[in-house]
Amino acid sequence: MPEAGLLSVLPINEFVFFINKVVIGGLIIGSVYALGAIGVTLILGILRFAHFPHGDMMTAGAFFALVCASLAPHVGDPFGLPSAFVLMPVAMAATAAMAVWLDKAFYAPLRRANVKPVVMVMSSVGVMLMLQGLIRLFAGTGTRQLDPGPKDIYRIPAGGRDLIVTQPQLLLFIFTAVAVVALHFFLTRSRMGKAMRAVADNAELARVSGISIDHVVRTTWIIAGALAAAGGTLLALDVTFKADLSFNIILPVFAAAIVGGVGHPYGAVVGGMLVGFTETLAVFNWSVLLRPLQPYLPEFVEIPSKIAFVPTEYKIVIPFFILIAVLIWRPTGIFKGRTN
Amino acid sequence: MPLLEMSDIHAGYGGANILNGVSIAIEADEIGVIVGPNGAGKSTSLKALFGLLKVSEGAIVFDGETITNAVPETLVRKGLSFVPQEYNVFPTLSVEENLEMGAYVRRDSFRHLIDMVYGFFPPLKEKRRQPAGELSGGQRQMVAIGRALMSEPKLLLLDEPTAGLSPRYMGEIFERILAVNASGVGILMVEQNARQALGFAHRGFVLANGQNRFTGTGAELLADPEVAKSFLGGGD
Repeated sequence: MPEAGLLSVLPINEFVFFINKVVIGGLIIGSVYALGAIGVTLILGILRFAHFPHGDMMTAGAFFALVCASLAPHVGDPFGLPSAFVLMPVAMAATAAMAVWLDKAFYAPLRRANVKPVVMVMSSVGVMLMLQGLIRLFAGTGTRQLDPGPKDIYRIPAGGRDLIVTQPQLLLFIFTAVAVVALHFFLTRSRMGKAMRAVADNAELARVSGISIDHVVRTTWIIAGALAAAGGTLLALDVTFKADLSFNIILPVFAAAIVGGVGHPYGAVVGGMLVGFTETLAVFNWSVLLRPLQPYLPEFVEIPSKIAFVPTEYKIVIPFFILIAVLIWRPTGIFKGRTN
Repeated sequence: MPLLEMSDIHAGYGGANILNGVSIAIEADEIGVIVGPNGAGKSTSLKALFGLLKVSEGAIVFDGETITNAVPETLVRKGLSFVPQEYNVFPTLSVEENLEMGAYVRRDSFRHLIDMVYGFFPPLKEKRRQPAGELSGGQRQMVAIGRALMSEPKLLLLDEPTAGLSPRYMGEIFERILAVNASGVGILMVEQNARQALGFAHRGFVLANGQNRFTGTGAELLADPEVAKSFLGGGD
């Protein structure tokens, strides 16, 4: 029967493998990028400078969660969740407080002195180097497991091969979705959220309207710090904690913020997903999907064992390509970001 | 006692002073108009009054209190509102959100004020969900004035509210400003269309080189041949 023959030829197995690697993989890394990029884009929009220590704030948040989880390793047991996740709100609060303090100590004096934007950026590079040093000082340079127990793995059977999602990955999706919806309602419904958008739109007019810029700035740091901590913690739960954990993702996070349109939190989410999916698609080994076709191809055509757009080691270049492509095609970002 | 009294104000942006002794006084419910050539310090006077640049000499008294160099947040609470000449709306915020931002200092309910603004500027009601940046120049100006009215000011400061508007919109904006004034809000405005504005001003202030040159009622200034010759583009 030709139908049955055709069905057996369909690479279901390989397709599930593709979903596991690319769709789930893209969603995971895209969520992490989105959580970082929301903060970066809010800071760019409201405070008008590139906050390079954001990756280190993510690492610091994961470190706080690690400390909490090692102090109280069984908090999560009754819920069947990792303790680091249950204690994540503590890490988020600590990171938010750290962000507010960093602003007070390093950025606020420069803002008051009305310095040029480039001075702010240099100062942010300085804070980044300082945080990297501090994190290494306290956390060491080795890798640590945020959750010592084995990860719960959910398998969904799908024609021979299983769709595989681990518990930390599921928590990451759910948290990102909830955070994005909550942020949306905060920005569009609450007095402070609207004031934040007003300051991003026109800071001088916001001041003239009697909006307290100090409150808006503090709220921005609290949101950015808390989401960075969550992103760092959830990433560390999915992989491991390392001192250079988020320094490696600061480039994709910035690419996501710029690609999405600077100052646009939704753009940051879309940008994060775009960068995440492009990375996983680019390093995916396409020969897995093509291999089942081998018997139908003439003999002289041989499918190589590895066909990927870029080797995994060069994954870091992907955000740059996306950045360049989007900036040529749509210079203000996917959502119309600010250009001035 | 006047609602606002600026006496002998000297102010600038850090370098040389732009204002070298400006005095402006208006009573509650009045319309005051500041006119004068470019660079006379008209807009600077409003900015100095609203705490947007440093006053080095002189005193500003509003409603019985000294407010020299107070910050905008304090001034809005005390009953002053300022509409800048340019960039005076939040472009990505909807019309209604722009108005809400004008009421930011209020903790009480301000729904009735939004309705009041829609009463003054009916075109805004149907555009209330639209981003303010997408409106026409005249409608943006209505949003800007509406935003400033949301704090229920005693005195509204307008910096060239008709700049860049077509003559049709200019007349409309002037008309609405008169209506706002009739509702009991004092107005102090800088205006390029000096002849038209002095026509309805209770008080006029002609500035030149950062100082008062002529001060009087609108009608007095219009009738003064000296003012007409030097500042109103020739007598006619």
